[in-house]
Amino acid sequence: MNKVFIVGIGQTPVSESWDKSLKELAGDAGLMAIEDAGIGYPDGLFVGNMMAITANHQAQFGTLMADWLGFHHKPALAVETACSSGSSAFRMALMAIASGEMETALVIGAEKMTDSPGSEITASLATAADAELEADFGLSFVGLNALLMRRYMHEYGWKHEDFSDFSINAHANAAHNPNARFRNPITRDSFTRSPMISDPINLLDASPVSDGAAAIILSSRPIQNGRKPVSVVASASMTDTLSLQHREKAVHLKAAEASAKTAYAQAGLSPSDIGLFEYHDAFSIMSALSLEAAGFCAPGEGPRLAKEGKIKFNSDIPVATMGGLKARGHPVGATGVYQLVEATLQLQGLAGPTQVKRNRYAMTQNIGGSGSNIVTHILQSE
Amino acid sequence: MEVPRIWRLKKQRYALQGEVCPHCQVKIFPPRDVCPECGGEAKTPFSFSGQGEVYSYTLISNAPAGFEEQAPYTVAMVKLNEGPLVTAQLTDLGDEPVRIGMPVEMVTRKIRNDGDERGMIVYGYKFRPVMAK
Ligand SMILES: [Zn+2]
Repeated sequence: MNKVFIVGIGQTPVSESWDKSLKELAGDAGLMAIEDAGIGYPDGLFVGNMMAITANHQAQFGTLMADWLGFHHKPALAVETACSSGSSAFRMALMAIASGEMETALVIGAEKMTDSPGSEITASLATAADAELEADFGLSFVGLNALLMRRYMHEYGWKHEDFSDFSINAHANAAHNPNARFRNPITRDSFTRSPMISDPINLLDASPVSDGAAAIILSSRPIQNGRKPVSVVASASMTDTLSLQHREKAVHLKAAEASAKTAYAQAGLSPSDIGLFEYHDAFSIMSALSLEAAGFCAPGEGPRLAKEGKIKFNSDIPVATMGGLKARGHPVGATGVYQLVEATLQLQGLAGPTQVKRNRYAMTQNIGGSGSNIVTHILQSE
Repeated sequence: MEVPRIWRLKKQRYALQGEVCPHCQVKIFPPRDVCPECGGEAKTPFSFSGQGEVYSYTLISNAPAGFEEQAPYTVAMVKLNEGPLVTAQLTDLGDEPVRIGMPVEMVTRKIRNDGDERGMIVYGYKFRPVMAK
């Protein structure tokens, strides 16, 4: 495989955007990345998005974005793997360049969730689950994660309050990120008193329904722009059963583990080499499961890492360094691209007050569904 | 909810009909043609007893469209006595709080009423606490 470089980035603030539509948000991020790279229009466009069809009544979102951005007569497509759509689109672009088919590509992750009434977006999100086995019975996406969290607490003996440090850390880091949705710090007290959404998941366990778009230009060559070149040294995508009920062990994300192991092998690295981990903290339970699956601690030990402060930006394994899904926000199909943009800023030393010290290797892990489609990337600063 | 789709699912939804793998004897729910255990072809029907226990559960307050009228309701993963897990609502819950390990049994109940959308009342399985004998 040819080496591939990240040569441009863009991101819109994550928000509840009444002013901008899905295509305008995606367009803003795309144009920022094009301007940032300064190499003109790339050879193709890869868009990550989950709900354009159900929530925005628009198929052909990739084609629409090519049209909107002025990609005349160039290839474009949209990729959907639920919450990991953004990373899947990035991976498609990466493969197109690594194979030699393209020299440059634009990746956009975008989602517009707040146009829809609450129950409709809840139903749209539930399409990430197995329609006939889960969603048909009124199980929401939050509910699915609540089933996981309850089982995890039962198997390992953790209490709900033991998950508070994941959310507290995310909010503390987001306070310094101008693009984050929630920049307010939270306390253990506010965490435990937050209203229940789907027992045992409460409002402060959960990432917010949001709008946003992020974009990256990939290229077969680095560019000279005064910033450190960043390359992609691993890209691994793995699937598991779509429904939770068919997994061997519900509280073990086997596809996340396989995806991380494959990524480590591709890069010739181990967990101790990773300076920061942008994980998929859509719910606090996913933070624990992702840390465990990626080999940063043993199964059942995720909450301990958080309690001991090891996930802080200046500690052993910094996570959610710009707020994570919890506090930066989780515009579903955009999230994977936000993670990669933030990892890039960290590797270039441009992350601001939450800059990590060890910034040679960054890992991102983007989790689709309840752990059914997982994409892990490792980036390296050259 | 689409009429042909619900009609197709009638055996699994009303009678918990799955399959037993002729190669490795594992019980499969719902039917899926390829055995998830051994990869062999599995097409022999098998009816589950409907007895099992709660594996995990949650109370849904923010319901997806189509289920708002029922909220709040409890959804559980139930481990059937024959092995597989199934996801379903719990019903007929009395004063006893739901707990992991609680014995439950399958009953046929209304799952949702499509009302204006397709005008269909959809039935299927729910699970209730096992009645004291
Ligand atoms: Zn078999």
